[in-house]
Amino acid sequence: MDFLAQHFAFGVCLLFLVLVPFSIAGLALMNAGLGRSRSAAHAMTTALCVIATAMLTYFAFGSAVQGGHEPRFWNGWSNPVPSQDFFFHGVPWDWPAALQIILLLLGVSLASLVPLGAVSDRLRFGSACASTVLFAGLIDPLFLRAISRLGAFEDAGGSGFIQAVAGLTALSIVWLLGPRQGKYLASGMPAAIPAHNQVFVLFGCLLSWIGWLGLNSAGAMIRAGGRLEQSILVVVNTSFAAAAAALTAAVTTRIRFRRPDASLVGNGWMAGLVASSAGCATLKPATAIITGIVAGVLVVLSVEWFELHLQIDDPCGSVSVHAVCGIWGLLAAGIFSGSAERLTAQVVAVATLLGFVFPLAYGLNWLLNRLIPYRVSPDGERQGLDLHELGADAYPEFVVHSDEFLQR
Amino acid sequence: MKLSGFLLLLSGWAIVAAALKLLHGHMVAPFIYAGLAVEILGLVLVFRGHLPGAVK
Repeated sequence: MDFLAQHFAFGVCLLFLVLVPFSIAGLALMNAGLGRSRSAAHAMTTALCVIATAMLTYFAFGSAVQGGHEPRFWNGWSNPVPSQDFFFHGVPWDWPAALQIILLLLGVSLASLVPLGAVSDRLRFGSACASTVLFAGLIDPLFLRAISRLGAFEDAGGSGFIQAVAGLTALSIVWLLGPRQGKYLASGMPAAIPAHNQVFVLFGCLLSWIGWLGLNSAGAMIRAGGRLEQSILVVVNTSFAAAAAALTAAVTTRIRFRRPDASLVGNGWMAGLVASSAGCATLKPATAIITGIVAGVLVVLSVEWFELHLQIDDPCGSVSVHAVCGIWGLLAAGIFSGSAERLTAQVVAVATLLGFVFPLAYGLNWLLNRLIPYRVSPDGERQGLDLHELGADAYPEFVVHSDEFLQR
Repeated sequence: MKLSGFLLLLSGWAIVAAALKLLHGHMVAPFIYAGLAVEILGLVLVFRGHLPGAVK
């Protein structure tokens, strides 16, 4: 009976994992929709190639860098030399190790899309793939390796190891690239460059919901040791957090800008999903709603703060959604657990993100930017990345708007 | 300012890592929070360093 129950759980967990690509598709749609129409095909093509690069890089050496199994030094620190062979050699393809590998593979693919949203309309195609090699091969695996020794740490669905790592990497690359042409006037005030397709953005949110249900449910079983029955709570928590965050974002934008902002409501929905991931297996529905409410407020305020005061041009709000709300999700899992030990472990993870992952991501991308310039030429940016890099527009039969919203 | 900020970020993480490795019991948590505070200070410097017109 136990044998049957275990294999049934294995099958259901695999089904949950199969849902995760919906979140990847949703995020790619959001990135394309929030960018300009003249770079839409480029955004989707880059997304596909970046996902492919992330998966193959993680396969080639990311998993080995993450390692951390055996052998260990006398003091308990794992051997810095990869203990697991490259190219998944030595991975036991059975439950639960194989499911853990699939979860991380899909998680790294999802995470690799996050920086694309922050730097849309100005990042070169080749540079995006090269930067992804650093992300999937070093930055994310090293964070996973660093937190693997934290006993009480909880991050079932990846608020930290997927979202926050990717959000901080996005912030590094945004700083290295600088804002889009015409985004900031000489006075420092930002110009509004509207999303080219809000339907893509909002449909992307709904697709991501499906993916996140799978991601969090699988993460709860694989990383938090949850039972299959616990998936019901995970689904409820994930959905409640997203719902609370979207409504809070709508109310907050209604108060601040007199009407709900479609892209910020979408960002609020995503912020709720991101924040719910860490504690999805242990939060209660009420605390999941509180987590979502805080995420909904945080995302609106931080998008505005980054754009207005810090002059960070992040068209998709990736830094706010994934870095800020990912870190909030980690802390919320600790705060609402009621355990001081868990809260301390969550704080250590946040400290690792800020003090290790962020400088590492910035330094590696700074070096790579010196070797392969990330930013497209000014002419290419003006022309649009579709024509400049791919040679064909996403909407060849439509009239593409010029920069009429930019002050000259 | 950027470099100082990144150095503070790394220093904060070093404090956290050292506390985890060297200390035990009730002494660990205060040092972890102190390390995080140093990191937040570093983050402020990094943000200020990236503002247009910031002192290099």
